[in-house]
Amino acid sequence: MGQTITQKILAAHCGKEAVEPGELVNARLDMVLGNDITAPIAIAEFAKIGAETVFDKDRVALVPDHSTPNKDIKSAQLVKILRDFARLHNITNFFEIGKMGIEHTLLPDEGLVLPGDAIIGADSHTCTYGALGAFSTGVGSTDLACAMALGETWFKVPEAIKFIYYGKMPKWVSGKDLILYTIGKIGVDGALYSTMEFTGETISELDMAGRFTMCNMAIEAGGKNGIIEPDEKTLAYVNPRAKREFKLYKSDPDAAYKDVIEIDVSKLEPIVSFPHLPENARPISEAAHIKLDQSVIGSCTNGRIEDLRVAAGILKGRKVHPDVRLIVIPATQEIYLQSIKEGLTEIFVEAGGAVSTPTCGPCLGGHMGVLAEGERAVATTNRNFVGRMGHTKSEVYLASPAIAAASAVLGRLGSPEELS
Amino acid sequence: MLKGKVHKYGSNVDTDVIIPARYLNTTDPAELASHCMEDIDADFVKTVEPGDIIVAEDNFGCGSSREHAPIAIKASGISCVVANTFARIFYRNSLNTGLPILECPEAVAGIGRGDTVEVDLGTGKITNVTTGASFQAKPFPPFMRELIEVGGLVNYAKAKVGE
Repeated sequence: MGQTITQKILAAHCGKEAVEPGELVNARLDMVLGNDITAPIAIAEFAKIGAETVFDKDRVALVPDHSTPNKDIKSAQLVKILRDFARLHNITNFFEIGKMGIEHTLLPDEGLVLPGDAIIGADSHTCTYGALGAFSTGVGSTDLACAMALGETWFKVPEAIKFIYYGKMPKWVSGKDLILYTIGKIGVDGALYSTMEFTGETISELDMAGRFTMCNMAIEAGGKNGIIEPDEKTLAYVNPRAKREFKLYKSDPDAAYKDVIEIDVSKLEPIVSFPHLPENARPISEAAHIKLDQSVIGSCTNGRIEDLRVAAGILKGRKVHPDVRLIVIPATQEIYLQSIKEGLTEIFVEAGGAVSTPTCGPCLGGHMGVLAEGERAVATTNRNFVGRMGHTKSEVYLASPAIAAASAVLGRLGSPEELS
Repeated sequence: MLKGKVHKYGSNVDTDVIIPARYLNTTDPAELASHCMEDIDADFVKTVEPGDIIVAEDNFGCGSSREHAPIAIKASGISCVVANTFARIFYRNSLNTGLPILECPEAVAGIGRGDTVEVDLGTGKITNVTTGASFQAKPFPPFMRELIEVGGLVNYAKAKVGE
């Protein structure tokens, strides 16, 4: 029996020829990640293990991105725990404010995660790096602590679901719409404990930004990892960034899948996921009655330069609706600078939008755009749970940057097609 | 033997309602516990007593990787969570932080809010004391039993570091 790309990567990291779904393996890790919310608990647990230092100072990444720039004194204390730990152990990849970014955009852009890697991060959206053809999954703080000490962790080899996307994507349909549609189709536990392997001609055509967005949200269907076989687009992205060797893996033609789901994208409309679950996916044409108070463009899901270009293309020469607050958050400092150089930042500000330094901020209702009771936001983020962006009686509608930008102008959910 | 009254919930109880992100600027278990479940059940912290049991349907603990979620549940006094299924990161985090969790759809169907329930973690037997019905939970795989027996992942890692 053939092996999936996920099986091959796990086998290579535990010194085996092959592994089978359900098998428990101890896998060597290429990168372990923590942030200002999860790493403080991990650092406290790390102290109990009795390790002198981390397994490899170059393979631990600590990114203070959630409550930064420090939103309050308690958050400042947590970030200080990361900073002190990083200094004590000479952690190479601690990213200070001014150099940081949202972890799941920052790590690939810095070339710290590469095809063929096995990666864990104490953040559920660590599955993002599957877009590079890596095995990457989220864990909690205790797993992070032990991985920082040992450089390895245990996994149950997952079964895989193969998604085959075919057909040409209509205008304004993006990677975000594909993944929201997919979650709508299978549900928020439709891929529980499983690999989501995204394949097909549409994925081959999709740019890296769209691939990152899709793998990023595998967790929203309960997936253990999302993954896309590396190709020439992957190499064009990775080659200028990689500072170490990497390996390309592909699924065998006779690899076993517990399910194969085919999706024709040619008839899709842009998708909006209604409160309070990402599975409540509806076409944009059924959403025009939803009036908005806020539009957020950013996050680990959609804060890349490609996302900002789409939004700026729609906002250029237009004004944000008087009832709407538009908040644009480039995901990293590099993207922030690029947005200035390309004139995108000017477009956002002239349209009446607020442009923020990189932060996860509003996505998890932390800061930089928290919602009041009864308020509604369209957001390019990844979760719309009860209270996710603020008050428990506020609402989040998940959508693409194109929809978030057009909706900011319209004052309600809508498509760029509706703008004159 | 664990024994307590049941707090019952539906499917997809996410980590944002178990412990909202606005309280993640602390790691103190007692402080986290004081806000546990408040966005889905404002009465939970007022009524929960040591030993009580949460029973829920599918995909309990979905969403973020925050270990603060099982920490908050455990510190609130909850002795065990029984569900049809758990989200995978929450499952790992519960094992790692010593919050007992059991998968048992039959028990979930046969237990109501406010019932008194007994759980034998050794055998996986769940008894609804209120109705007299009993159920058998799925056993943990051997490696996970080993993890539980050594007192969690940190002790496991400690032994490995010492090797």
